[in-house]
Amino acid sequence: MKKHKNNNGRPHYLNPYFGGVLLGLLVVITFYITGRGLGASGAVKSTVVTAVETFAPQHAENSPYYSKYIPEDKSPMNNWLVFESFGILIGGLLSGVIYGRIKKFRIEHGKHTTSSKRLIFAVLGGALFGFGSQFGRGCTSGAALVGSASFSFGGVIVMLGIFGTGYAVAWFFRKLWI
Amino acid sequence: MGPLIPNEIITGDWNFVIAILIGIAFGFLLEASGFSSSRNLAGVFYGYNFVVLRVFFTAVIVAMAGLLYFDYFGWLDLSKIFILPTFLSPMILGAVIMGIGFVMGGFCPGTSFTAIAIGKMDAVFFVIGLFIGIFIFGESFPLFKDFFNSGSMGNVTLTDVTGIAAPWFAFGFTVVALAAFWVTAEIEKKVRKNTKEYKF
Repeated sequence: MKKHKNNNGRPHYLNPYFGGVLLGLLVVITFYITGRGLGASGAVKSTVVTAVETFAPQHAENSPYYSKYIPEDKSPMNNWLVFESFGILIGGLLSGVIYGRIKKFRIEHGKHTTSSKRLIFAVLGGALFGFGSQFGRGCTSGAALVGSASFSFGGVIVMLGIFGTGYAVAWFFRKLWI
Repeated sequence: MGPLIPNEIITGDWNFVIAILIGIAFGFLLEASGFSSSRNLAGVFYGYNFVVLRVFFTAVIVAMAGLLYFDYFGWLDLSKIFILPTFLSPMILGAVIMGIGFVMGGFCPGTSFTAIAIGKMDAVFFVIGLFIGIFIFGESFPLFKDFFNSGSMGNVTLTDVTGIAAPWFAFGFTVVALAAFWVTAEIEKKVRKNTKEYKF
């Protein structure tokens, strides 16, 4: 993968517009085959429901939230988005192999912040994202991207809300990134 | 005519195989576009890297136009595809929380999966956060159950809400996206000039 390293020391990525066209076509093909869209947060939700059901089955069944996602006769992991998200991991791995980006575990952070601070904010940001995605009925993939692309009113609301808020609060977190 | 699985042209047995294949394509495109790096993603909020905006909006306008063409050619019955339902106020709140989470965590769920795949420890912590956040939501759900279900408008599209036909939205989004591509390219040039050390 030597040729990819002669790029001013920067990683080699797809042209963003080309990547965007392929991603858009993937959304269309996914609708064409399955009648539904891509997603990501749903798989984490299924995993959380499965974990709660495993460790506290009574609690899960009594919960007005978890119980909605426990099918009668099968595991909550038996879900389209769980398989699709497993695919996301494999796809990322495949691209990482092809472009030579797979290395041992490392922490990426801005130059004015430390590794431990980055990890703390990663957990906090993830927790907020996970929490918010439940109210949003999906995350950047399922709601913002696929929702908007299929002209869903709520999808466009979520897209504008995520990016609008991002810009509104970016100043407060600038030390993390710039 | 599509959608193939709901119309039983492909049997449901293939559902999970197709799910994995579609996921692989999705994960590949996210990683190959540079979404496995939190600094690339956060760049959209600070003007040093608009890759998110380029990939995301190109995908949205291509998918919008593509769905309309598939419908026009009779390949896909748009009345049979899943339209994300709208719960207005909970979705606004959810998006605001996700926006803060995006800037703090530097990832969104899908991108964090691909970042784990190439060895980003910060993405591992982000996903741990996702689990914690959804668990907290599940445990505290009774507190805001009524709010969660409020503002329900059903599976409405932009056309249902405004009365304006879908192609106009596709056209409008395309114009806005093209303008945004041009403006952000200019911003990026200026910002990068001032930050000599920018490296991924």
